Amino acid sequence: MTFADYLFLFGGMGLVTYLPRALPLLYLAHRKMPQWLIDWLDLIPVAILSALLAPTLLADTTARAFQLGKLELLVGIPTLLFALKTRSLGGTVLVGMLLYWLGGMVY
Amino acid sequence: MSETPDNKEILRQGAVAAWPICLGYLPIGLAFGVLAEKAGLPWWAVAMMSVMVFAGSAQFICVAMLAAGASTAAIVLTTFVVNLRHVLMSSALAVYLRGVSRRFLALYSYGVTDESFAVNLTRFRDGGWDRWRALTVNHLANATWFMATVCGALIGQFVPQGALGIDYALTGMFICLLVFQLQSRIHILTGLLAVAISISWYLLIPGDSYIVGASMSAATLGYLLKQRYRRGR
Repeated sequence: MTFADYLFLFGGMGLVTYLPRALPLLYLAHRKMPQWLIDWLDLIPVAILSALLAPTLLADTTARAFQLGKLELLVGIPTLLFALKTRSLGGTVLVGMLLYWLGGMVY
Repeated sequence: MSETPDNKEILRQGAVAAWPICLGYLPIGLAFGVLAEKAGLPWWAVAMMSVMVFAGSAQFICVAMLAAGASTAAIVLTTFVVNLRHVLMSSALAVYLRGVSRRFLALYSYGVTDESFAVNLTRFRDGGWDRWRALTVNHLANATWFMATVCGALIGQFVPQGALGIDYALTGMFICLLVFQLQSRIHILTGLLAVAISISWYLLIPGDSYIVGASMSAATLGYLLKQRYRRGR
């Protein structure tokens, strides 16, 4: 592929990535939002984070099959408890990494 | 929080908030660079893509599709579908960026990713956060992603895999940010519903629609349950 081919491809990808990120902000930040929308949006972060995490923790992502007892899940439980207890983002990330690293040696 | 431009302090607090994202982007960015290089993309194309697109999963899919000989139109369409989830994130962020100038929002939007969204939204909600600090988080994450992907394309094959559990950095971060979001029974219930719907959707339907599908259904169910609970009292 030539430079122009890449420019065209990435330009297209960039545009369809940017618009969904920009339009809601540009539109909603300058309007009075109805209360139901604010209440609904309040539940979006917890829903997105759970939806993103579920396959990582509960599925074999290569075979796309349910799998209970993945190292990611086993490490995730103490990591979650640590987060609940300390409420420290940095600490939780490091504890998760450490456990995952150690777990990878024995698992 | 005042918005006096104490730039050093803004940069420092932004960096404190952004480092888990940056740490998580290193292995993924490197892996992406290596993969892209193997698929035949020159390093400058990797650099271009990381600047022009800046979307992890879409970039991975693009490389896989290029390697499989897909058309430009198919890749752009897939990118659009994969990144539609940002509509939800951008809408949720709008609650905290009311009345901010369109120029700022246009710049800010460029950096809305799963990771920066989750970190910034949590900070906004806790208070003591403003748009400049949030923008710093976006840009630091972007700079790290850019450097990691280009390094991956240039020298990635020499970096050992999976050192120090770094592959778990983003998962650990998401788990902790999820914990921060569990503010009421409705939030916990919504999270559980999202896990159940997401995993079922993921197993039954190919592609990435499970993220948007599960988030919207779980939030809607949570909202309806909350309304019902309110009325029941």
